Amino acid sequence: MKFIEKGTVIKNENIAPNIYDLSIRLPKIAKEAACGQFVEVYPDNGTNLLPRPISICETNGDSLRLVFQVVGSGTRLFSGLKSGDGVRVLGPCGNGYPLTNAKSFILAGGGVGVPPLLETAKRLKKLGNVNVYLGFRSHPFLTEDFEKIGIVPHIATDDGSVGFKGNVTELMKSENVQADIIYACGPKIMLKSVSEYGEEKNIPVYVSMEERMACGIGACVGCAVKIKKDNGFENKKVCKDGPVFDSREVLWE
Amino acid sequence: MIDTRVSIAGIEFKNPVTTASGTFGSGREFGEFVDLNRLGAITVKGVADKPWQGNDSPRIAEVYGGMLNSVGLQNPGADYFIKEDIPFLRQFDTKIIVNICGHTIDEYVRVTEKLRSADIDLLELNISCPNVKEGGMAFGTDCKMIEKVVGAVKKAAAQPLIVKMSPNVTDITETSKAAEAAGADALSMINTLTGMKIDIYRRKPVLANKIGGMSGPAIKPVALRMVWQTAKAVNIPIIGMGGISDAEDAIEFIMAGATMVSVGTANFSNPTATTDTISGIEKFMEDQSIKNLAEIRGII
Repeated sequence: MKFIEKGTVIKNENIAPNIYDLSIRLPKIAKEAACGQFVEVYPDNGTNLLPRPISICETNGDSLRLVFQVVGSGTRLFSGLKSGDGVRVLGPCGNGYPLTNAKSFILAGGGVGVPPLLETAKRLKKLGNVNVYLGFRSHPFLTEDFEKIGIVPHIATDDGSVGFKGNVTELMKSENVQADIIYACGPKIMLKSVSEYGEEKNIPVYVSMEERMACGIGACVGCAVKIKKDNGFENKKVCKDGPVFDSREVLWE
Repeated sequence: MIDTRVSIAGIEFKNPVTTASGTFGSGREFGEFVDLNRLGAITVKGVADKPWQGNDSPRIAEVYGGMLNSVGLQNPGADYFIKEDIPFLRQFDTKIIVNICGHTIDEYVRVTEKLRSADIDLLELNISCPNVKEGGMAFGTDCKMIEKVVGAVKKAAAQPLIVKMSPNVTDITETSKAAEAAGADALSMINTLTGMKIDIYRRKPVLANKIGGMSGPAIKPVALRMVWQTAKAVNIPIIGMGGISDAEDAIEFIMAGATMVSVGTANFSNPTATTDTISGIEKFMEDQSIKNLAEIRGII
Protein backbone atom coordinates (compact mmCIF):
# COMPACT_ATOMS: atom_id res chain seq x y z
CA MET A 1 0.00 0.00 0.00
CA LYS A 2 1.22 3.48 -0.89
CA PHE A 3 0.63 6.77 0.88
CA ILE A 4 0.94 10.46 0.07
CA GLU A 5 2.33 12.14 3.17
CA LYS A 6 3.30 15.67 3.99
CA GLY A 7 6.54 15.02 5.89
CA THR A 8 8.66 17.24 8.08
CA VAL A 9 12.39 17.47 7.43
CA ILE A 10 14.40 16.32 10.46
CA LYS A 11 17.84 17.07 9.02
CA ASN A 12 19.60 17.62 5.72
CA GLU A 13 23.38 17.44 5.46
CA ASN A 14 25.90 17.64 2.64
CA ILE A 15 28.00 14.48 3.18
CA ALA A 16 30.10 14.36 -0.03
CA PRO A 17 30.40 16.51 -3.15
CA ASN A 18 26.81 16.91 -4.44
CA ILE A 19 25.53 14.19 -2.08
CA TYR A 20 22.89 15.04 0.53
CA ASP A 21 21.66 13.08 3.53
CA LEU A 22 18.00 13.95 4.12
CA SER A 23 15.82 12.58 6.93
CA ILE A 24 12.08 13.19 6.81
CA ARG A 25 9.41 12.23 9.32
CA LEU A 26 6.96 10.12 7.29
CA PRO A 27 5.32 7.62 9.69
CA LYS A 28 3.04 5.78 7.26
CA ILE A 29 5.58 5.38 4.44
CA ALA A 30 8.42 4.47 6.84
CA LYS A 31 6.33 1.73 8.44
CA GLU A 32 5.43 0.21 5.08
CA ALA A 33 8.79 0.51 3.28
CA ALA A 34 10.84 -2.55 2.28
CA CYS A 35 14.50 -2.48 1.27
CA GLY A 36 15.14 -1.56 -2.35
CA GLN A 37 11.94 0.45 -2.69
CA PHE A 38 11.88 4.16 -3.50
CA VAL A 39 9.76 7.24 -2.90
CA GLU A 40 8.59 10.07 -5.14
CA VAL A 41 9.49 13.48 -3.70
CA TYR A 42 7.49 16.45 -5.02
CA PRO A 43 9.32 19.72 -5.73
CA ASP A 44 6.08 21.73 -5.17
CA ASN A 45 7.69 24.93 -6.47
CA GLY A 46 5.32 25.59 -9.36
CA THR A 47 7.89 25.10 -12.14
CA ASN A 48 9.31 21.63 -11.55
CA LEU A 49 6.25 19.61 -12.25
CA LEU A 50 7.31 16.01 -11.80
CA PRO A 51 8.16 14.18 -8.60
CA ARG A 52 11.73 12.84 -8.28
CA PRO A 53 12.25 9.14 -7.59
CA ILE A 54 14.75 8.66 -4.72
CA SER A 55 15.78 5.33 -3.21
CA ILE A 56 15.15 4.63 0.45
CA CYS A 57 18.49 4.54 2.28
CA GLU A 58 17.15 3.66 5.72
CA THR A 59 13.93 3.46 7.68
CA ASN A 60 14.32 4.64 11.27
CA GLY A 61 11.08 4.25 13.21
CA ASP A 62 8.74 6.86 11.77
CA SER A 63 11.30 8.56 9.55
CA LEU A 64 12.91 7.87 6.19
CA ARG A 65 16.50 8.60 5.33
CA LEU A 66 17.12 9.55 1.70
CA VAL A 67 20.67 10.00 0.41
CA PHE A 68 20.60 11.61 -3.01
CA GLN A 69 22.82 13.29 -5.57
CA VAL A 70 22.13 16.74 -7.00
CA VAL A 71 21.72 16.09 -10.74
CA GLY A 72 19.32 18.83 -11.82
CA SER A 73 16.97 21.57 -10.72
CA GLY A 74 14.66 19.31 -8.68
CA THR A 75 17.36 17.66 -6.60
CA ARG A 76 19.08 21.07 -6.24
CA LEU A 77 15.85 22.31 -4.68
CA PHE A 78 15.82 19.36 -2.23
CA SER A 79 19.45 20.10 -1.29
CA GLY A 80 18.20 23.38 0.19
CA LEU A 81 15.58 21.75 2.47
CA LYS A 82 16.08 22.62 6.15
CA SER A 83 15.00 21.05 9.41
CA GLY A 84 11.31 21.84 9.97
CA ASP A 85 10.48 22.30 6.27
CA GLY A 86 7.46 20.44 4.90
CA VAL A 87 7.86 18.12 1.92
CA ARG A 88 5.28 16.02 0.08
CA VAL A 89 6.26 12.40 -0.55
CA LEU A 90 4.53 9.42 -2.20
CA GLY A 91 5.56 5.88 -1.41
CA PRO A 92 6.79 3.34 -0.88
CA CYS A 93 7.05 2.62 -4.61
CA GLY A 94 8.29 -0.40 -6.54
CA ASN A 95 9.01 -3.99 -5.60
CA GLY A 96 12.27 -3.88 -3.61
CA TYR A 97 14.87 -6.64 -3.26
CA PRO A 98 13.43 -10.14 -2.89
CA LEU A 99 14.20 -11.68 0.49
CA THR A 100 15.10 -15.29 -0.25
CA ASN A 101 16.27 -18.18 1.89
CA ALA A 102 19.88 -17.56 0.81
CA LYS A 103 22.51 -17.60 3.55
CA SER A 104 25.28 -15.49 2.05
CA PHE A 105 24.90 -12.21 0.23
CA ILE A 106 26.97 -9.76 -1.76
CA LEU A 107 25.72 -6.20 -1.95
CA ALA A 108 27.34 -4.25 -4.79
CA GLY A 109 26.79 -0.50 -5.03
CA GLY A 110 28.08 2.22 -7.31
CA GLY A 111 27.97 5.93 -6.48
CA VAL A 112 24.50 7.13 -5.65
CA GLY A 113 23.38 3.50 -6.03
CA VAL A 114 24.95 2.80 -2.63
CA PRO A 115 22.22 4.27 -0.35
CA PRO A 116 19.47 1.62 -0.76
CA LEU A 117 22.01 -1.09 0.12
CA LEU A 118 22.27 0.21 3.71
CA GLU A 119 18.71 -0.74 4.67
CA THR A 120 19.13 -3.92 2.63
CA ALA A 121 22.30 -4.82 4.58
CA LYS A 122 20.53 -4.15 7.89
CA ARG A 123 17.74 -6.57 7.01
CA LEU A 124 19.92 -9.25 5.37
CA LYS A 125 22.32 -9.36 8.34
CA LYS A 126 19.60 -11.16 10.27
CA LEU A 127 19.46 -13.86 7.57
CA GLY A 128 23.13 -14.63 6.96
CA ASN A 129 26.55 -13.43 5.98
CA VAL A 130 26.65 -10.06 4.17
CA ASN A 131 29.62 -8.76 2.14
CA VAL A 132 29.41 -5.20 0.85
CA TYR A 133 31.35 -3.89 -2.17
CA LEU A 134 31.07 -0.18 -2.90
CA GLY A 135 32.47 1.82 -5.81
CA PHE A 136 32.85 5.59 -5.98
CA ARG A 137 34.45 8.08 -8.34
CA SER A 138 36.73 9.47 -5.62
CA HIS A 139 34.75 10.39 -2.46
CA PRO A 140 33.24 7.45 -0.58
CA PHE A 141 30.15 8.11 1.55
CA LEU A 142 27.98 6.07 3.94
CA THR A 143 30.92 3.69 4.65
CA GLU A 144 30.77 4.49 8.39
CA ASP A 145 27.08 3.69 8.42
CA PHE A 146 27.83 0.18 7.20
CA GLU A 147 30.55 -0.12 9.88
CA LYS A 148 28.03 0.93 12.54
CA ILE A 149 25.90 -2.11 11.72
CA GLY A 150 28.97 -4.34 11.88
CA ILE A 151 29.82 -4.62 8.19
CA VAL A 152 33.14 -3.27 6.94
CA PRO A 153 32.56 -2.45 3.27
CA HIS A 154 35.16 -3.19 0.58
CA ILE A 155 35.82 0.12 -1.17
CA ALA A 156 36.87 0.86 -4.74
CA THR A 157 37.48 4.33 -6.20
CA ASP A 158 38.06 5.16 -9.85
CA ASP A 159 41.09 7.30 -8.99
CA GLY A 160 42.42 5.04 -6.23
CA SER A 161 42.17 7.80 -3.61
CA VAL A 162 40.50 5.36 -1.20
CA GLY A 163 40.75 1.56 -1.24
CA PHE A 164 41.06 -0.45 -4.45
CA LYS A 165 41.83 1.50 -7.64
CA GLY A 166 39.21 0.59 -10.20
CA ASN A 167 35.51 -0.17 -10.31
CA VAL A 168 33.45 -2.31 -8.00
CA THR A 169 33.27 -5.32 -10.33
CA GLU A 170 37.04 -5.33 -10.76
CA LEU A 171 37.36 -5.31 -6.96
CA MET A 172 34.97 -8.24 -6.66
CA LYS A 173 36.93 -10.14 -9.33
CA SER A 174 40.26 -9.43 -7.58
CA GLU A 175 38.88 -10.99 -4.40
CA ASN A 176 37.04 -13.76 -6.28
CA VAL A 177 34.05 -13.31 -3.95
CA GLN A 178 31.35 -15.95 -3.68
CA ALA A 179 27.81 -15.87 -2.30
CA ASP A 180 24.37 -17.41 -2.80
CA ILE A 181 22.96 -14.18 -4.22
CA ILE A 182 24.05 -10.69 -5.31
CA TYR A 183 22.02 -7.50 -4.93
CA ALA A 184 23.29 -4.55 -6.98
CA CYS A 185 22.42 -0.89 -7.43
CA GLY A 186 24.28 1.69 -9.49
CA PRO A 187 24.78 2.96 -13.03
CA LYS A 188 23.65 0.69 -15.85
CA ILE A 189 27.19 -0.09 -17.00
CA MET A 190 28.08 -1.30 -13.50
CA LEU A 191 24.89 -3.36 -13.18
CA LYS A 192 25.74 -5.03 -16.47
CA SER A 193 29.27 -5.94 -15.36
CA VAL A 194 28.06 -7.23 -11.97
CA SER A 195 25.47 -9.29 -13.79
CA GLU A 196 28.22 -10.78 -16.00
CA TYR A 197 30.23 -11.58 -12.85
CA GLY A 198 27.21 -13.38 -11.42
CA GLU A 199 26.73 -15.33 -14.62
CA GLU A 200 30.38 -16.41 -14.61
CA LYS A 201 30.19 -17.59 -10.99
CA ASN A 202 26.67 -18.95 -11.36
CA ILE A 203 25.29 -16.57 -8.73
CA PRO A 204 21.84 -14.98 -9.27
CA VAL A 205 22.02 -11.18 -9.43
CA TYR A 206 19.17 -8.79 -8.66
CA VAL A 207 19.73 -5.33 -10.11
CA SER A 208 17.94 -2.10 -9.22
CA MET A 209 17.35 -0.17 -12.44
CA GLU A 210 16.80 3.53 -13.01
CA GLU A 211 14.87 5.44 -15.68
CA ARG A 212 13.25 8.84 -16.10
CA MET A 213 9.79 8.71 -14.54
CA ALA A 214 6.65 10.77 -14.37
CA CYS A 215 3.94 9.22 -12.18
CA GLY A 216 6.08 6.66 -10.29
CA ILE A 217 3.14 4.29 -9.76
CA GLY A 218 2.77 2.49 -13.09
CA ALA A 219 0.11 4.58 -14.81
CA CYS A 220 2.01 6.68 -17.36
CA VAL A 221 4.34 3.97 -18.77
CA GLY A 222 7.17 6.49 -19.00
CA CYS A 223 9.97 4.42 -17.43
CA ALA A 224 10.33 1.46 -19.77
CA VAL A 225 13.07 -1.16 -19.41
CA LYS A 226 13.57 -3.97 -21.93
CA ILE A 227 12.94 -7.40 -20.42
CA LYS A 228 13.64 -10.54 -22.49
CA LYS A 229 10.58 -12.31 -23.84
CA ASP A 230 10.54 -15.21 -26.28
CA ASN A 231 13.13 -14.21 -28.90
CA GLY A 232 12.63 -10.50 -28.38
CA PHE A 233 11.72 -8.27 -25.48
CA GLU A 234 8.85 -6.55 -23.76
CA ASN A 235 8.87 -3.12 -22.12
CA LYS A 236 8.32 -3.35 -18.37
CA LYS A 237 7.87 -0.45 -15.98
CA VAL A 238 10.82 0.36 -13.73
CA CYS A 239 8.50 2.03 -11.18
CA LYS A 240 6.00 -0.80 -10.80
CA ASP A 241 7.48 -4.04 -12.18
CA GLY A 242 10.87 -2.97 -10.74
CA PRO A 243 13.03 -1.20 -9.87
CA VAL A 244 14.57 -4.58 -8.98
CA PHE A 245 14.85 -7.16 -11.77
CA ASP A 246 16.55 -10.54 -12.07
CA SER A 247 19.62 -9.58 -14.16
CA ARG A 248 19.19 -12.66 -16.37
CA GLU A 249 15.85 -11.26 -17.56
CA VAL A 250 17.19 -7.82 -18.49
CA LEU A 251 18.02 -7.20 -22.16
CA TRP A 252 21.38 -5.46 -21.71
CA GLU A 253 22.33 -3.15 -24.58
CA MET B 1 -28.65 22.94 -4.66
CA ILE B 2 -26.03 22.58 -7.36
CA ASP B 3 -26.33 20.10 -10.20
CA THR B 4 -22.94 19.12 -11.67
CA ARG B 5 -24.38 16.68 -14.21
CA VAL B 6 -23.54 17.08 -17.89
CA SER B 7 -24.33 14.97 -20.91
CA ILE B 8 -22.59 14.13 -24.17
CA ALA B 9 -24.23 12.16 -26.99
CA GLY B 10 -27.08 11.15 -24.70
CA ILE B 11 -24.77 9.78 -22.00
CA GLU B 12 -25.11 11.44 -18.61
CA PHE B 13 -22.06 12.07 -16.42
CA LYS B 14 -22.34 12.89 -12.71
CA ASN B 15 -19.85 15.72 -13.11
CA PRO B 16 -17.76 17.18 -15.97
CA VAL B 17 -14.38 15.81 -14.89
CA THR B 18 -12.59 12.92 -16.61
CA THR B 19 -8.96 11.88 -17.03
CA ALA B 20 -6.76 12.63 -20.02
CA SER B 21 -5.89 9.42 -21.85
CA GLY B 22 -2.44 8.06 -21.04
CA THR B 23 -2.05 9.82 -17.71
CA PHE B 24 -4.28 7.58 -15.61
CA GLY B 25 -3.81 4.05 -17.00
CA SER B 26 -7.11 2.25 -16.47
CA GLY B 27 -7.47 3.76 -13.03
CA ARG B 28 -5.93 0.92 -11.02
CA GLU B 29 -2.81 2.75 -9.85
CA PHE B 30 -4.54 6.02 -8.98
CA GLY B 31 -7.31 4.08 -7.24
CA GLU B 32 -4.96 3.86 -4.23
CA PHE B 33 -5.30 7.63 -3.76
CA VAL B 34 -8.51 8.60 -5.54
CA ASP B 35 -12.07 7.39 -5.00
CA LEU B 36 -12.79 6.43 -8.62
CA ASN B 37 -16.54 6.61 -7.90
CA ARG B 38 -16.17 10.40 -7.69
CA LEU B 39 -15.06 10.83 -11.31
CA GLY B 40 -17.47 11.83 -14.06
CA ALA B 41 -15.67 9.36 -16.31
CA ILE B 42 -12.38 7.56 -16.65
CA THR B 43 -10.74 7.95 -20.04
CA VAL B 44 -8.31 5.06 -20.30
CA LYS B 45 -4.91 4.85 -21.92
CA GLY B 46 -4.92 4.21 -25.67
CA VAL B 47 -5.93 0.69 -26.73
CA ALA B 48 -4.93 -0.88 -30.06
CA ASP B 49 -6.21 -4.06 -31.69
CA LYS B 50 -2.90 -5.81 -30.81
CA PRO B 51 -0.23 -5.12 -28.12
CA TRP B 52 2.19 -2.24 -28.88
CA GLN B 53 5.75 -2.05 -27.51
CA GLY B 54 6.02 1.73 -27.58
CA ASN B 55 9.24 3.70 -28.00
CA ASP B 56 12.67 3.30 -26.39
CA SER B 57 13.61 5.02 -23.11
CA PRO B 58 14.08 7.79 -22.11
CA ARG B 59 10.44 8.58 -22.80
CA ILE B 60 10.04 11.43 -20.32
CA ALA B 61 11.63 14.87 -20.07
CA GLU B 62 10.61 17.69 -17.79
CA VAL B 63 10.42 21.14 -19.37
CA TYR B 64 9.54 24.53 -17.91
CA GLY B 65 5.97 24.32 -16.63
CA GLY B 66 5.34 20.96 -18.23
CA MET B 67 6.79 17.78 -19.65
CA LEU B 68 7.52 15.93 -22.87
CA ASN B 69 6.62 12.30 -23.40
CA SER B 70 7.34 9.86 -26.17
CA VAL B 71 5.78 6.71 -24.74
CA GLY B 72 4.53 5.77 -28.21
CA LEU B 73 1.22 4.30 -27.00
CA GLN B 74 2.65 1.15 -25.40
CA ASN B 75 -0.42 -0.92 -24.55
CA PRO B 76 -1.29 -4.59 -24.02
CA GLY B 77 -3.96 -4.66 -26.75
CA ALA B 78 -7.76 -4.81 -26.90
CA ASP B 79 -8.15 -8.46 -25.85
CA TYR B 80 -6.23 -7.88 -22.62
CA PHE B 81 -8.08 -4.61 -22.01
CA ILE B 82 -11.49 -6.22 -22.46
CA LYS B 83 -10.63 -9.16 -20.20
CA GLU B 84 -8.76 -7.34 -17.41
CA ASP B 85 -9.60 -3.65 -17.34
CA ILE B 86 -13.31 -3.40 -18.16
CA PRO B 87 -14.36 -5.69 -15.25
CA PHE B 88 -12.09 -3.65 -12.97
CA LEU B 89 -13.56 -0.33 -14.15
CA ARG B 90 -17.15 -1.56 -13.93
CA GLN B 91 -16.80 -1.98 -10.16
CA PHE B 92 -17.02 1.80 -9.90
CA ASP B 93 -19.91 4.18 -10.39
CA THR B 94 -18.33 6.10 -13.25
CA LYS B 95 -18.47 6.17 -17.04
CA ILE B 96 -15.82 4.49 -19.20
CA ILE B 97 -14.34 6.28 -22.20
CA VAL B 98 -11.99 4.07 -24.23
CA ASN B 99 -9.26 5.80 -26.20
CA ILE B 100 -8.45 3.83 -29.35
CA CYS B 101 -5.35 4.02 -31.55
CA GLY B 102 -4.03 2.50 -34.76
CA HIS B 103 -1.41 2.78 -37.50
CA THR B 104 -3.86 2.32 -40.36
CA ILE B 105 -7.59 2.74 -40.92
CA ASP B 106 -7.89 -1.06 -40.84
CA GLU B 107 -6.30 -1.18 -37.40
CA TYR B 108 -8.61 1.56 -36.10
CA VAL B 109 -11.63 -0.32 -37.44
CA ARG B 110 -10.43 -3.65 -35.99
CA VAL B 111 -10.08 -2.28 -32.44
CA THR B 112 -13.45 -0.53 -32.79
CA GLU B 113 -15.06 -3.82 -33.84
CA LYS B 114 -13.47 -5.66 -30.90
CA LEU B 115 -15.05 -3.09 -28.58
CA ARG B 116 -18.51 -3.28 -30.20
CA SER B 117 -19.92 -5.65 -27.62
CA ALA B 118 -17.75 -4.42 -24.75
CA ASP B 119 -19.43 -2.87 -21.72
CA ILE B 120 -18.10 0.66 -22.20
CA ASP B 121 -19.79 4.05 -22.61
CA LEU B 122 -17.92 6.00 -25.27
CA LEU B 123 -14.98 5.73 -27.64
CA GLU B 124 -12.31 8.39 -28.04
CA LEU B 125 -10.51 8.18 -31.38
CA ASN B 126 -6.85 9.14 -31.07
CA ILE B 127 -5.85 10.59 -34.41
CA SER B 128 -3.41 13.01 -32.89
CA CYS B 129 -0.60 11.18 -31.09
CA PRO B 130 2.68 12.82 -32.08
CA ASN B 131 4.74 9.77 -31.06
CA VAL B 132 3.55 7.25 -33.59
CA LYS B 133 5.21 7.36 -36.98
CA GLU B 134 2.45 6.02 -39.17
CA GLY B 135 -1.12 6.86 -38.25
CA GLY B 136 -1.34 8.91 -35.09
CA MET B 137 -0.90 12.57 -35.86
CA ALA B 138 -0.66 12.01 -39.60
CA PHE B 139 -4.38 11.21 -39.54
CA GLY B 140 -5.24 14.17 -37.38
CA THR B 141 -3.67 17.01 -39.32
CA ASP B 142 -5.21 16.45 -42.75
CA CYS B 143 -8.95 17.10 -43.24
CA LYS B 144 -9.35 14.42 -45.94
CA MET B 145 -7.66 11.79 -43.74
CA ILE B 146 -9.78 12.85 -40.76
CA GLU B 147 -12.96 12.36 -42.78
CA LYS B 148 -11.82 8.91 -43.92
CA VAL B 149 -10.79 7.55 -40.52
CA VAL B 150 -13.64 9.13 -38.56
CA GLY B 151 -16.15 7.91 -41.15
CA ALA B 152 -14.79 4.35 -41.07
CA VAL B 153 -14.64 4.15 -37.27
CA LYS B 154 -18.08 5.73 -36.84
CA LYS B 155 -19.53 3.09 -39.15
CA ALA B 156 -17.93 0.30 -37.10
CA ALA B 157 -18.65 1.76 -33.67
CA ALA B 158 -21.45 0.69 -31.34
CA GLN B 159 -20.78 3.53 -28.87
CA PRO B 160 -20.80 7.32 -29.35
CA LEU B 161 -17.55 8.58 -30.84
CA ILE B 162 -15.35 11.37 -29.49
CA VAL B 163 -12.53 12.47 -31.80
CA LYS B 164 -9.34 13.71 -30.11
CA MET B 165 -7.90 16.61 -32.03
CA SER B 166 -4.29 17.54 -32.71
CA PRO B 167 -3.17 21.08 -31.89
CA ASN B 168 -0.33 20.72 -34.40
CA VAL B 169 -2.36 22.32 -37.21
CA THR B 170 -2.73 25.78 -38.71
CA ASP B 171 -6.46 26.09 -38.02
CA ILE B 172 -8.06 23.69 -35.55
CA THR B 173 -11.57 24.80 -36.51
CA GLU B 174 -11.02 23.35 -40.01
CA THR B 175 -9.92 19.90 -38.75
CA SER B 176 -12.69 19.99 -36.12
CA LYS B 177 -15.35 20.73 -38.73
CA ALA B 178 -14.02 17.83 -40.82
CA ALA B 179 -14.39 15.47 -37.83
CA GLU B 180 -17.91 16.76 -37.17
CA ALA B 181 -18.91 16.33 -40.81
CA ALA B 182 -17.62 12.75 -40.80
CA GLY B 183 -19.85 11.82 -37.89
CA ALA B 184 -18.03 12.66 -34.65
CA ASP B 185 -20.44 12.88 -31.70
CA ALA B 186 -18.02 15.03 -29.70
CA LEU B 187 -14.48 16.40 -29.84
CA SER B 188 -11.74 16.31 -27.26
CA MET B 189 -8.91 18.80 -27.41
CA ILE B 190 -6.06 19.26 -27.24
CA ASN B 191 -3.62 16.42 -27.57
CA THR B 192 0.02 17.28 -26.86
CA LEU B 193 2.00 19.87 -28.79
CA THR B 194 5.14 18.48 -30.42
CA GLY B 195 8.29 19.55 -28.62
CA MET B 196 11.94 18.79 -27.99
CA LYS B 197 14.69 19.06 -25.38
CA ILE B 198 18.44 18.75 -25.90
CA ASP B 199 21.01 17.65 -23.32
CA ILE B 200 23.81 20.09 -24.16
CA TYR B 201 26.45 18.12 -22.22
CA ARG B 202 25.72 14.83 -23.99
CA ARG B 203 24.94 16.78 -27.20
CA LYS B 204 21.88 14.61 -27.77
CA PRO B 205 18.09 14.91 -27.55
CA VAL B 206 16.87 13.90 -24.08
CA LEU B 207 14.13 11.67 -25.53
CA ALA B 208 15.22 8.51 -27.34
CA ASN B 209 12.54 9.34 -29.90
CA LYS B 210 14.17 12.82 -30.28
CA ILE B 211 10.78 14.61 -30.22
CA GLY B 212 7.74 14.12 -28.04
CA GLY B 213 4.43 15.58 -26.97
CA MET B 214 4.37 18.52 -24.60
CA SER B 215 1.75 18.70 -21.87
CA GLY B 216 1.24 20.47 -18.57
CA PRO B 217 0.33 23.95 -17.31
CA ALA B 218 2.52 25.67 -19.92
CA ILE B 219 0.22 24.61 -22.78
CA LYS B 220 -3.02 25.70 -21.09
CA PRO B 221 -3.41 29.09 -22.82
CA VAL B 222 -3.00 27.43 -26.23
CA ALA B 223 -5.51 24.72 -25.38
CA LEU B 224 -8.01 27.23 -24.00
CA ARG B 225 -7.79 29.37 -27.13
CA MET B 226 -8.39 26.33 -29.36
CA VAL B 227 -11.40 25.16 -27.33
CA TRP B 228 -12.88 28.68 -27.44
CA GLN B 229 -12.42 28.98 -31.22
CA THR B 230 -13.75 25.48 -31.91
CA ALA B 231 -16.77 25.83 -29.62
CA LYS B 232 -17.92 28.67 -31.89
CA ALA B 233 -17.28 26.66 -35.06
CA VAL B 234 -18.97 23.30 -34.36
CA ASN B 235 -22.30 22.10 -33.00
CA ILE B 236 -21.04 19.06 -31.06
CA PRO B 237 -19.84 19.05 -27.43
CA ILE B 238 -16.17 19.50 -26.56
CA ILE B 239 -14.12 17.85 -23.84
CA GLY B 240 -11.47 20.43 -22.99
CA MET B 241 -7.97 19.52 -21.85
CA GLY B 242 -4.41 20.78 -21.88
CA GLY B 243 -2.72 21.81 -18.65
CA ILE B 244 -5.79 21.65 -16.41
CA SER B 245 -4.50 21.36 -12.84
CA ASP B 246 -7.35 22.59 -10.67
CA ALA B 247 -10.95 23.84 -10.62
CA GLU B 248 -10.05 27.35 -11.75
CA ASP B 249 -8.43 25.94 -14.88
CA ALA B 250 -11.41 23.65 -15.45
CA ILE B 251 -13.91 26.50 -15.14
CA GLU B 252 -11.93 28.56 -17.66
CA PHE B 253 -12.39 25.73 -20.19
CA ILE B 254 -16.11 25.46 -19.41
CA MET B 255 -16.54 29.21 -19.87
CA ALA B 256 -14.66 28.86 -23.17
CA GLY B 257 -17.28 26.35 -24.28
CA ALA B 258 -16.23 22.89 -23.02
CA THR B 259 -18.93 20.54 -21.74
CA MET B 260 -16.43 18.30 -19.93
CA VAL B 261 -12.79 18.68 -18.92
CA SER B 262 -9.90 16.24 -18.56
CA VAL B 263 -7.18 16.32 -15.94
CA GLY B 264 -3.94 14.88 -17.34
CA THR B 265 -0.37 15.75 -16.48
CA ALA B 266 -1.55 17.27 -13.18
CA ASN B 267 -2.13 13.70 -11.96
CA PHE B 268 1.67 13.29 -11.88
CA SER B 269 2.32 16.36 -9.73
CA ASN B 270 -0.77 15.79 -7.60
CA PRO B 271 -2.30 12.28 -7.64
CA THR B 272 -5.60 13.63 -6.27
CA ALA B 273 -5.84 16.40 -8.89
CA THR B 274 -9.03 14.87 -10.40
CA THR B 275 -11.08 14.81 -7.20
CA ASP B 276 -9.57 18.11 -6.01
CA THR B 277 -10.84 19.63 -9.27
CA ILE B 278 -14.34 18.19 -8.75
CA SER B 279 -14.51 19.53 -5.18
CA GLY B 280 -13.28 22.91 -6.40
CA ILE B 281 -15.92 23.09 -9.13
CA GLU B 282 -18.64 22.27 -6.57
CA LYS B 283 -17.38 24.97 -4.23
CA PHE B 284 -17.21 27.52 -7.06
CA MET B 285 -20.79 26.71 -8.07
CA GLU B 286 -21.99 27.11 -4.48
CA ASP B 287 -20.06 30.35 -3.91
CA GLN B 288 -21.24 31.83 -7.20
CA SER B 289 -24.81 30.51 -6.92
CA ILE B 290 -24.50 28.54 -10.14
CA LYS B 291 -27.17 25.83 -10.22
CA ASN B 292 -26.12 24.17 -13.45
CA LEU B 293 -22.91 24.38 -15.47
CA ALA B 294 -24.95 25.31 -18.57
CA GLU B 295 -25.23 28.77 -16.97
CA ILE B 296 -21.52 29.43 -17.54
CA ARG B 297 -20.74 27.14 -20.48
CA GLY B 298 -19.47 29.08 -23.47
CA ILE B 299 -20.26 32.49 -21.97
CA ILE B 300 -17.04 33.96 -23.34
